[in-house]
Amino acid sequence: MSETIAFLKPRADVLARRSTIIADLADLLPPEGLVHEPRELVPFETDAFVSYRRLPLAVALPTSTAEVAAVLRYCHRYGIPVVPRGAGTSLCGGAIPQEDAVVIGLSRLSRILEIDPFNRTATVQAGVTNLAISDAVSPEGFFYAPDPSSQLACTIGGNIGMNSGGAHCLKYGVTTNNLLGVTLVLVDGTVIELGGKHLDAAGYDLLGLVCGSEGQLGIVTEATVRILAKPEGARPVLFGFETSEEAGACVADVIGSGIIPVAIEFMDKPAIEICEAFAKAGYPLDVGALLIVEVEGSEAEMDAMLSLIVEIARRHGVRTVRECQSATEAALIWKGRKSAFGATGRIADYICMDGTVPLSQLSHVLKRTGEIVAGFGLRVANVFHAGDGNMHPLILFNANDPVEAAKAETAGNEILKLCVDAGGCLTGEHGVGIEKRDLMRHQYSEADLAQQMAVRAAFDPQWLMNPSKVFPLEGRPAA
Amino acid sequence: MSAILVPVCEEEAAGMIRAAAAAGRRLAISGGNTRSGFGSPVSADAVLRSAGMSGIVAYDPAEMVMTARAGTPLAEIEETLLDNGQMLSFDPIDHRAIMGTDGEPTIGGVFATNASGPRRLSAGAARDSLLGIRFVNGRGEVIRAGGRVMKNVTGLDLVKLLAGSHGTLGFLTEVTFRVLPRPKTEQTIIVSGLDDEAAARVMAAAMGLSVEVSAAAHLPESVRGRFLGGHLPEGAATVLRLEGLAASVPVRAARLRELFGRHAPVSANENEASAHLWRQIRDVAPYADSTSRPVWRVSVAPSAGFQVVAALRLEAGIDAFYDWQGGLVWMRMEADPEPDLLRRAIAHFGGGHATLMRASAQMRTTVPAFEPLSPAVAALSARVKQQLDPAGIFNPGKMAGL
Ligand SMILES: Cc1cc2nc3c(=O)[nH]c(=O)nc-3n(C[C@H](O)[C@H](O)[C@H](O)COP(=O)(O)OP(=O)(O)OC[C@H]3O[C@@H](n4cnc5c(N)ncnc54)[C@H](O)[C@@H]3O)c2cc1C
Repeated sequence: MSETIAFLKPRADVLARRSTIIADLADLLPPEGLVHEPRELVPFETDAFVSYRRLPLAVALPTSTAEVAAVLRYCHRYGIPVVPRGAGTSLCGGAIPQEDAVVIGLSRLSRILEIDPFNRTATVQAGVTNLAISDAVSPEGFFYAPDPSSQLACTIGGNIGMNSGGAHCLKYGVTTNNLLGVTLVLVDGTVIELGGKHLDAAGYDLLGLVCGSEGQLGIVTEATVRILAKPEGARPVLFGFETSEEAGACVADVIGSGIIPVAIEFMDKPAIEICEAFAKAGYPLDVGALLIVEVEGSEAEMDAMLSLIVEIARRHGVRTVRECQSATEAALIWKGRKSAFGATGRIADYICMDGTVPLSQLSHVLKRTGEIVAGFGLRVANVFHAGDGNMHPLILFNANDPVEAAKAETAGNEILKLCVDAGGCLTGEHGVGIEKRDLMRHQYSEADLAQQMAVRAAFDPQWLMNPSKVFPLEGRPAA
Repeated sequence: MSAILVPVCEEEAAGMIRAAAAAGRRLAISGGNTRSGFGSPVSADAVLRSAGMSGIVAYDPAEMVMTARAGTPLAEIEETLLDNGQMLSFDPIDHRAIMGTDGEPTIGGVFATNASGPRRLSAGAARDSLLGIRFVNGRGEVIRAGGRVMKNVTGLDLVKLLAGSHGTLGFLTEVTFRVLPRPKTEQTIIVSGLDDEAAARVMAAAMGLSVEVSAAAHLPESVRGRFLGGHLPEGAATVLRLEGLAASVPVRAARLRELFGRHAPVSANENEASAHLWRQIRDVAPYADSTSRPVWRVSVAPSAGFQVVAALRLEAGIDAFYDWQGGLVWMRMEADPEPDLLRRAIAHFGGGHATLMRASAQMRTTVPAFEPLSPAVAALSARVKQQLDPAGIFNPGKMAGL
């Protein structure tokens, strides 16, 4: 694929010192904690934004906060860029390294440190996977609410890096709403604690600033998160509509009626077909759009909420209503949705957009998205978190065809601009990374961006932390 | 403090701030001035008020999002939301009664102080509802951050940074926030006669159930009579709030009564009485006593609240009650604020922070109102402040040390 997104030019002085740097890092880390053979660096060359790759200078795999601090202190002293990495599932290139960078991979920081049912918190190391937290607290009757579809693989450190969301954040919020504290290593190796088991910050809300900062402000080595009592029951219901417009209008009406389901997920026809072929979830194939609405609570509560929701859906001409009779059926409905990306990946290459729009703009943006993609002669499947307006158009293309790949990228950029112009934003949960970096000026003014960069500089004046990401390369303040 | 500047629009505010920065003139930032006793004393040359920038800019109930100018009276916003069956989910505390201030609280002041009440425990703080802001930084530049959609991870989250920064980082001109449907019905379960520790256990047990308790507080015997005109039942009251659909609240209430009724007398309050009780808890009714006896607001882990109180009781005259499952302690001191004793106890029981909400003018000049930060975090915070307000003209002294 032709590369339209640039990385910073590698620092020649750093590249020239490669062997010294590796020898020095070897002194700071146990042998299994340092990777530098080019062959062994390959697994770290990209993330889930696979069209871009860079081999890093080396990869450090620390097992303690002290080791993270030692590596950062060293890199800071010698002006070596650092790229933090969790599981590498970022969809925007947030974890892609660069040739002059040391990757600090947190995967070996994988211990659950404390589960505290009294205070409803879990304290874990940064490399613990999202699902492992819920699994660990499940015997006590709790779960960790933000549930990205990648939850089997992605780490809590990466979730904090991206302020990740999931299907259930309509009710429970995203990572930042469920994060109570972190241990953070600053670029110069200083270790600080932000938050804890108590609520809210003593001074500035630096925790809120760090969440979603894409590895630019420091490296999270431990996190304390809120865990919640598992609901008594949960029930997803499938609604099939003739058109996307009807489904979109139904979403707005459900929200407007004062009921907040835990999740409202949307799929258009292409997405239904792709997911059904893969997951055999029993999705109706004779509809133009589908909603999965999930409610939680006791049987009586769920019945009450669902009858209200069904009534609203009927007003919008719903064609199919499928309430599930068993846990197996419920799991199957979700399996279809959660495998959407994987299933799409089996039939074509795709890029996944992540703009968010106000609910009133859903129908308009869906329609325009279809027109934009068709204009480039490509196909699109829409599967997304409708309740909060977070769209995920998947643009299908063939990565071996450079012309098609370039078209997909251009179409994606136009869709994101469309989202911004509709009163929304470039990214609702996947982050800016490199993918949307050069579109930041479409959403923000020069002054807005300069202010964000100035705050970034308060943490990392030399721009060593994940430096090719988030902010357009031109117009940055001098280090 | 001589001049009072009341800009009527953002542009005018930016001009005033540019002029102040150029002249090195320090500004005390305020909205309705109802929370102005908050923090350490400010030394400023002029007052900059948001009250002239008022009005709801956009509100579409179906999107559950509202945009308002910073000086809009909170009352106007709450009324408009009420008309549409919606509300602010975080229960903004009204500081007037305990601080002895008057005036009209503004929506900007709510977010600038991250003022959150009982429902913060389950629905998040003011900062969690805030989606987007416009503000003027210390250079007089208008900055926009966040937006008006629920999910937004585009760039650094300056919205969270400005929320709760007490006017020391920027002058908020417009806020966009998420609102929630107002629950159709509510009920408060009252478990009577528990000591502080037993109450903490009951609250923790209740929050660990799937019944979705939206707020949990403990009102010891010493304060019980100050609520609902003395009509709470005999003995300390541990109160658990349930809200939601008419079909579900009674079912959940029955579960709590069943569980806790085995060991203690349990009763219930419904709808208006319940709502009134939580407003009184929110506004710290027991200590709205028209005195200047020191009042602390302490945030610790719920398991630490009663322990901090018990430890302090051995050394100082205090009275206390608990919100947020026991993690928020409202504490009134008989005489001296005893900041060192208190802060040592907080550190000993796992950390947290204490804010001196009320004290005599003399005490406020000697006791830092906000929890002192570790040196590394303080240095970092000072660098952040430097990037937003390089000349240090906003609310100097308020977050002492910053
Ligand atoms: C199939 C699939 C489905 C997905 N579904 C969702 C979804 O539903 N919702 C959603 O929000 N996202 C989703 N994602 C995106 C991705 O999984 C999330 O962004 C996730 O949080 C990344 O976690 P990670 O551990 O893989 O982090 P990485 O990709 O390794 O890193 C992500 C970012 O965080 C930084 N970082 C990582 N660890 C740390 C640390 N310890 N300290 C500081 N910075 C750090 C990195 O530098 C990078 O900028 C999906 C991805 C895939 C591939």
